[in-house]
Amino acid sequence: MRDFAEIWSYLASGPLIWLTLTLVAYLVGDTLSQAFGRNPAANPVLIAIILLGLVLWLSDTPYPVYFEGAQFVHFLLGPATVALAIPLWQQGRQLRRSMLPVAAGLLTGSLVAVVSALGIAHALGLDRETLAALAPKSTTAPVAIGIAQTLGGSPTLAAVLVLLTGITGAMVATPVLNALRIRDWRARGLAVGTAAHGIGTARALQVHTRAGAYAAIGMGLNAILTAFLAPLIFGLLG
Amino acid sequence: MIQALALILTCQLAGEALAHWTGLPVPGPVLGLGLMLILLSASARIAGLVVPVGTGILRHIALLFVPAGVGVVGHLDRLGPQAAVLAAAIVVSTVLAIAAGALAFRLVARLTGSEDGDA
Repeated sequence: MRDFAEIWSYLASGPLIWLTLTLVAYLVGDTLSQAFGRNPAANPVLIAIILLGLVLWLSDTPYPVYFEGAQFVHFLLGPATVALAIPLWQQGRQLRRSMLPVAAGLLTGSLVAVVSALGIAHALGLDRETLAALAPKSTTAPVAIGIAQTLGGSPTLAAVLVLLTGITGAMVATPVLNALRIRDWRARGLAVGTAAHGIGTARALQVHTRAGAYAAIGMGLNAILTAFLAPLIFGLLG
Repeated sequence: MIQALALILTCQLAGEALAHWTGLPVPGPVLGLGLMLILLSASARIAGLVVPVGTGILRHIALLFVPAGVGVVGHLDRLGPQAAVLAAAIVVSTVLAIAAGALAFRLVARLTGSEDGDA
């Protein structure tokens, strides 16, 4: 009979345990989220991240070792993005009748996201390099990293700010939109996808199919729009 | 299921190739989304194959953000003394962007008479 530490060190060096723990942590997060009636404050992604962060910290495991196992889940982000075509296609007829509101919501949401973030951070004295990483925070991670690099910001910091924005968006969307008495699922979804990319879209899909479809549209189109808007607004800061 | 996965991956692959080839500032999977949209509209057979599998993936799309999120935990100390300012900028800006986007959508929807309902 070998002792626990030896078995742990054997398992912790392979990918299996980290893949398993990633799924289990998410299931715990999802179960808690359900238990709280899908209250936006009990965000399943945030719960899973905190749990896994604790495990890595307690077991002194470096992130690259964890990612060996978690990469199989991470890889599915690409296929999942492609699969977002499904709700778009299913809502196609609705969508064609709401081109103008979509354009208005997208342009307003995208502009406000970049201008307000840069305005606040600039006023509070952050340096240009940090502002460059903050500008694309509302877009999906791969696009944000590309934009931040073009502007002279750190790609790692950009990724961190993107994730924080996504989790914030998923948590604040429901209370903010309820307070404004916006009951149109299309408006709710589009605004969340535009401001909080994939994590916001995940939340919208959880709440309502049509909101999810419009969130996917907001996320996809804002990735393109921000690539043009962020450098423009960043340049105005002088 | 394998056919559906092959179709999804093929769209992603073609999207990656297209993004690289054209140098567009759009990620490959987003172009792959566009290609999948064309396939779904073009063929009922493809739609019948892809929809059940793709919907299954989308149901748990939140799970897919966990590995990257865990990486962020290790970088939180990088934010240093700027952390409070960055947090304020993110929270305020996200609330404003969601509110402004939804209000603009509703305003134009009312002006153009576009109603939320089942298509």
